[in-house]
Amino acid sequence: MSLELKGIEKKIGEETHIYTTDLKFEKNTINVLLGSTLAGKTTLMQLMAGLDKPTSGEIYFNDKNVTGVKVQKRNVSMVYQQFINYPNFTVYENIASPLKIIGIEKSEIDQRVGKVADLLKLTPMLSKKPMELSGGQQQRTALARALVKDSDLILLDEPLANLDFKLREELREELPKLFKDRDCIVVYATTEPSDALLIGGYTATLLEGKVIQHGKTLDVYNKPNNLDSAKVFSDPPMNIADISKKGETCSLLSDKVSWKTNLNLKDGNYKVGIRPHNITTYKEGNNSIEINGKVIISELSGSESMIHFNNGDLNWVSLSEGIHQKDVGENTKLFMNADEFLYFDSNNRLVGNV
Amino acid sequence: MNKTVNQKAWFFVVPVFVLVAFNAIIPLMTVVNYAFQETFGNNVFMWEGTRWFKQILISERFHAALGRQVLFTLIILVIQIPLGIFIALNMPKEGIGVPICLVLMSMPLLIPWNVVGAMWNIFALPDIGFLGHSLNAMGFDYNFTQQSGDAWFTTILMDVWHWTSLVVLLSYAGLRSIQPAYYQAAEIDGATRWAVFRHIELPKMKKVLTIAILLRFMDSFMIYTEPFVLTGGGPGNATAFLSIDLVKMALGQFDLGPAAAMSLIYFFIVLTVCWVFYNLMMKNESQL
Repeated sequence: MSLELKGIEKKIGEETHIYTTDLKFEKNTINVLLGSTLAGKTTLMQLMAGLDKPTSGEIYFNDKNVTGVKVQKRNVSMVYQQFINYPNFTVYENIASPLKIIGIEKSEIDQRVGKVADLLKLTPMLSKKPMELSGGQQQRTALARALVKDSDLILLDEPLANLDFKLREELREELPKLFKDRDCIVVYATTEPSDALLIGGYTATLLEGKVIQHGKTLDVYNKPNNLDSAKVFSDPPMNIADISKKGETCSLLSDKVSWKTNLNLKDGNYKVGIRPHNITTYKEGNNSIEINGKVIISELSGSESMIHFNNGDLNWVSLSEGIHQKDVGENTKLFMNADEFLYFDSNNRLVGNV
Repeated sequence: MNKTVNQKAWFFVVPVFVLVAFNAIIPLMTVVNYAFQETFGNNVFMWEGTRWFKQILISERFHAALGRQVLFTLIILVIQIPLGIFIALNMPKEGIGVPICLVLMSMPLLIPWNVVGAMWNIFALPDIGFLGHSLNAMGFDYNFTQQSGDAWFTTILMDVWHWTSLVVLLSYAGLRSIQPAYYQAAEIDGATRWAVFRHIELPKMKKVLTIAILLRFMDSFMIYTEPFVLTGGGPGNATAFLSIDLVKMALGQFDLGPAAAMSLIYFFIVLTVCWVFYNLMMKNESQL
């Protein structure tokens, strides 16, 4: 089983929503579409589902051309950001609805709904109506409707975005387990890099209607092949600084910070991408570099401290474990873990990561 | 910090209180005053207790008017609500068609009631009116000034023309508030058009439809101007709905006592029906 997009392009009027895209999803995989709002995640999913036709290009399912085949004829289910359930059906009837339409026997419906409800912890709510449930339970119902069908392709369009923090964490942890051992392809759209990391599987990073990288989630995270992909896959935003390299020494253009590297690169100017959690108030790694900064703002959240500081003409973001109170305007000393730096050339392509 | 007690704030309520008193409470109390007394003018009043109420409640004339009124309201609700929903479902959802349809739909609502009555009167005249003349030319024996069936037909047609737009606009607003994802989800399920209407659109329109039915019930139950101008309640008493009959009694016959009692009964019926209906709808709402 596989889903393949070949040269897919979607235009609405003069506006291009999806630039020519090739993507291939394999059997039994979870695939994350990662990108900010309007990156084209939803459009891409609608094309995959057959809710929308591509302007050009073809879609293959199991090596069969399904371009233009209507969504009802494909075995697809979808979960939306909004909690979409039939308002006047009970939870049971909601979950059973896709099966009833196909015309499955009552006893089998009972059994399958029971199983899915159990999996999603909905059994006590089966006779309630969606409006009586919490947001999390409503979304569980929608998920159950998607799962009960045994679809070949399950599309999840930011399913957790409308949930409050706690419910979101809870459901996010359950999601990968739900799709394990299922004979299907799962596509999960999200704006959150942390969602992608937690879900694992494969990730495609999207920017303004273009797929910029597709591969195993950890590979995409550790080796973004360009600066855009690295930016999309970093939250809080990645720090990007211009550096110059001479021999073994790299130094920031905007400050007198420098460090040694054994990267095999020509001398010249590069960009370095540093994730916020690699700038900390304490030393980390064997190759720790000191950087001074003036605190712009510090945010404490639970067990982490995010310190925004100014160095040279750049605003930096750092993320440290533990609570580190800093005053606004205070001059502070932080440490960068040079082992985790990403180096990009002048064309924003990744040239090295050590 | 201690709260300071300052009762002067009550003065802010005074204007509203005065306004409500003058436009609702005082006129209503005058009616109540008349309903329990007999008067011969010159400010001479005699206490009559509940006599007028008893008289109205057993009078055949009141029963007939009430019957006509209920029948009329039922007919127009049965026509206007489904028709309004049907039109709203078929209105364009985007493009230049939207403002055009909305403006066309609003037109009848903007015309003053007595103008509507006059328009339809002329329109339906059997000899020179476009509708009346055409119907007669087609071989129908149509004369709304003489045949009560024709009078009913014309009155209902006029009301449908005048007020269906209100149901359309409310339903359309309700439909537009449904997120596209609902339709997509139904499409993925392979739901039929009827199932989409029955299980998505109708439940989602419930609140606006409640308002539409309430408004249409109240307006049609209290209808006066349009049939008064169109048929004058005739032929005979065929289209003398409650308010027309009431005005005949109060101003035509100057039976102020019975008319006042009838007003109160009338008011009470409207109030009760609205209250019961609203509570029924909202009770289901909380169960959803």
